[in-house]
Amino acid sequence: MSEFKLPSLGADMDRGRLLEWRVKPGDVVKKGDVVAVVDTTKAAIDVEIWSSGTVQDLLLQPGDDVPVGTPMLRLADDGEPATVATQPPRMSAPPQTLMSAPAPRVAPPAHAAPPPAAARRRISPAARKRAEELGVDLNKLTGTGPDAAVTIEDVLRAGAASTAVAPPIAAVGAAPISERASAMRQTIAAAMARSKREIPHYYLATEVPLERATDWLARANAERPVTARILMAALFIKATALAAHKYPEMNGFCRDGTFEARSDVNVGVAISLRQGGLVAPALMNTDSKPLDDIMRGLTDLVKRTRAFSLRASELSEPTLTLTNLGEQGVELVQGVIYPPQVALVGFGKPTRRAWVEGNTLRLIPVVSLSLAADHRVSDGHRGALFLAHIRELLQQPDTL
Amino acid sequence: MDPAEVRTTIAQVLATIAPEVDLETLDARAPLRDQVDLDSMDFLNLIVGLHERLQIDIPESDYARLVSLDDLVAYLAAKAAR
Amino acid sequence: MNTPTRISYREALREAHREALAKDPRVFLIGEDVGRYGGSYAVSKGLLEEFGPERIRDAPLSELGFVGAGIGAALGGMRPIVEVMTVNFSLLALDQIVNTAATLRHMSGGQFSVPVVIRMATGAGRQLAAQHSHSLEVWYAHVPGIKVLAPATIEDAHGMLSLALDDPDPTVIFEHALLYNLEGERPSSWPQIDIERAAVRRSGADVSLICYGGTLWKTLAAANTLASIGIEAEVIDLRVLRPLDEETILASVRRTHRAVVVDEGWKTCSLAAEIMALMAEQAFYDLDAPLSRVCSAEVPIPYAKHMEEAALPQPQRIVDSVKTMLGRG
Repeated sequence: MSEFKLPSLGADMDRGRLLEWRVKPGDVVKKGDVVAVVDTTKAAIDVEIWSSGTVQDLLLQPGDDVPVGTPMLRLADDGEPATVATQPPRMSAPPQTLMSAPAPRVAPPAHAAPPPAAARRRISPAARKRAEELGVDLNKLTGTGPDAAVTIEDVLRAGAASTAVAPPIAAVGAAPISERASAMRQTIAAAMARSKREIPHYYLATEVPLERATDWLARANAERPVTARILMAALFIKATALAAHKYPEMNGFCRDGTFEARSDVNVGVAISLRQGGLVAPALMNTDSKPLDDIMRGLTDLVKRTRAFSLRASELSEPTLTLTNLGEQGVELVQGVIYPPQVALVGFGKPTRRAWVEGNTLRLIPVVSLSLAADHRVSDGHRGALFLAHIRELLQQPDTL
Repeated sequence: MDPAEVRTTIAQVLATIAPEVDLETLDARAPLRDQVDLDSMDFLNLIVGLHERLQIDIPESDYARLVSLDDLVAYLAAKAAR
Repeated sequence: MNTPTRISYREALREAHREALAKDPRVFLIGEDVGRYGGSYAVSKGLLEEFGPERIRDAPLSELGFVGAGIGAALGGMRPIVEVMTVNFSLLALDQIVNTAATLRHMSGGQFSVPVVIRMATGAGRQLAAQHSHSLEVWYAHVPGIKVLAPATIEDAHGMLSLALDDPDPTVIFEHALLYNLEGERPSSWPQIDIERAAVRRSGADVSLICYGGTLWKTLAAANTLASIGIEAEVIDLRVLRPLDEETILASVRRTHRAVVVDEGWKTCSLAAEIMALMAEQAFYDLDAPLSRVCSAEVPIPYAKHMEEAALPQPQRIVDSVKTMLGRG
C-alpha cells in the first residue's frame, strides 16, 4: 500500500487545490496516468501518478486546498490485493441466528505492513505558519536550525529576499489583476530571487545569421497549408534541444549543489500570459522530435498554458529553458535561470543587418543568441561551444 | 464578401486568442500586432482561424501586407470576393 | 526604629506570620517544632514568646492529626496556618488535604469552606537524602479545590501568606528549602502582589525559560550565562502552580517561539509536562523548536553531594538545553 502525495509541480509551487478526481476507488492506474486536476497559481494541472496499482481510496475532496506533500490517494501496489476489490460485501447475506452454523469465513484480505513513513522534513510549526503568511515556498528553503530544521528565521530571510525583488504588482491605471496573477507574481518573484541568490550565473551572447533558416522556412511554409506552417521558434527550440543533448552540462538539475545531467531533453518554453505572468512548460523529448511534432507541440502547449491546463510533468520536467523575447522586439536576452535548471537560452528579435561573410558584405536577417548558465556546473568555454553549436545547427535547417 | 462581415469574423477569431481585446477601441489603421500584443504564434493562430472560417488561403508571403486591421479586412474581403 | 536593610526569605516569612497573627485573632500556627524549637527551618523563631502557646502550637508527630486539626479549625471559623516540615512528610496528610480540605466546598454545595493555609518546605540541595528532598508540588497542583503557591522571592515569601489567609479555600504554600537563606534588599514598603499571575522575572526575545520556586535562581543564572553568548532568555516565574497562569506562559512563548521548562520535580508526569502540554495545545503554531525541559533525574534524590547535584536541574543543564534548541550546541 502506498500513498500518493500532492507533488510539487515546479520549484515555485507549495500548495494546490483539488479541482476534480479523474479516478475512483478500484480503478487500476499505471505510472503516468492522470489521476486528478489540481489548481495551482500557474494553471489547472493534470496530475500524473508516479506508480502503478489499484486506487484504494481518495483522501481529498474537490475544493480542498492543501500543501504539497499532502497524501491525495491510497494505492494498492501491483500484486497487492486491494481491499476495495476483495473486501467482503457488508451484510450481503441475511443475518444468521446465533444457533445456525457459522457462515463460511471469507479470508481477510492480506494487508501488507504499512511502509515506514518517509522522514518528514523538519519545519517548525511557527515557520510553516509564517511561510504561509509571507507566501514563502518552504520547499526551497534550507533549514539552518538544529537537525537542519527550517525555522522562522529561515522563512523571514527568504521572505525578505523575495520581497526585495518582487516588482510592483499592479501598474497605475491597469485593470485589477486576478488573484492568480498576483499569486503567480509572488511565485515567480520567489523562484527568480532564489535563482539570483543561489546560482552563480554567467552570461554569453553571439549573433546568428538566419538567412538560411529564413529562406528554408519560407520555402517550406509556401508548400504547406496554413494549418501546417512552422514558426522560426520551432527551429530555435529544435536546435537548442540538439545542442543540449550534445552538451549535457546545460541540461539537467542542480539540487543542493549536486548536478544531475538528464539524458532526455525537455525544452521549457517561456510562454507569457496575456494577463501577465509567465510559465515555461516543457516540450517533452524535444531533441528526438521532428520539427512538425515540435510545432504541433508548441501550438498545443501555448494554447493549454493560456487556458491554464497543463500536465504535471510539463511543469516539473523542463531540463532547460528557452525564451524568445525577440517577439517583443528586444535584441538581446540576459535571462534568469529557473531553478533547479542550469541553463537558459535566449533569442532576441531577428533583424536585417549588414553581415560580413568571407569578403562580402550583405544584408541578412540576424538574431542574437544568449546563454545564462550555472557556473557551478559549467564554464564559459563549454557555454561558448554550446552556443556555437546552436548557431551551426541553425545554418543547416533541413537537418533539424 | 461584406467588409463588415469580415470584420466580425476577425473579431470572433481574435477573441479566442486575445479575449481582452475590444476591436472597437483599436486604431484600424495602426499596426495590429503592436496594439494587441500578438506574437508570431498568436498571429499564426489568427491566420489559421481566419482560414478555417472563411476558407481563404493566406500565404506566408502575404503576411507583410497584413499590418493594420484595415489591411486585413481589405485583403480578406478582396480574396473572398474571388 | 532601625530597620535592617537586608532581609532573608526566612525573615520575610516570619514577618508575614507576625503581621498576620497581630492583625487577625483567628490566625494561629500549628506544626511540628514550630514553638519551642522555632520551626525546623527557624521560620517561627521567637513567635511563641511573642504570641504565646495558644497561637503558636507545637503538634505531635502526626501529620494526619495536626493537618486534620487545622482543617477542622478552618471549618470552625479559624484561619490556621499549618506548617509541615517537608512535602515528603505531607504525604501522611494527603487524605486530609485531598479528600477533605479540597472537596468540602464542592460536597457541601458551597455551605462549607476550608480557609486553611498549609506551608511546607520542598526540594533538595541540603544533603537530606531521599526521604527529605523531593519536589512533589505537582501532586497538589493536580488536585482541584486547592490553590498551590510557590514563592521564589523575598517579596512573595512575605506577601503570599496574608493573601493565602484571605482566600476562603485551602492553600498550599511550597517553600524551597534552599531559599530560606536567600537574602535581599529589604523594601522600604512591601510591594502589592497577587496570587493569580506568573511573573516575568527577566525579559528576552529568544527563548522562554519557565520555572518556579527553587529553580528560579538557577534559571536566572542560566539566563545570564546565555546573555553572555548573545541569547536573550525570558524567565517566567510561575508563582502560582494551581491554577496556572496560562495567559502569561502562552504570551511569552508566542513571543519567543521556544521554551524550556525547568522543574525540580521528576520529569515523568511533572508540572513541566503539564506546561509543555499547554504550550503544545495552545501555542503549537507559534513554536519554532521542539519544547524542552530540565527536570530532576528519575531517581530518589541521592545523599552524596556530587550525586545530589548531578540529579538536580543545574544552570549548566539549562544553558545546554537552550543551546541545543537554538542549534548553538
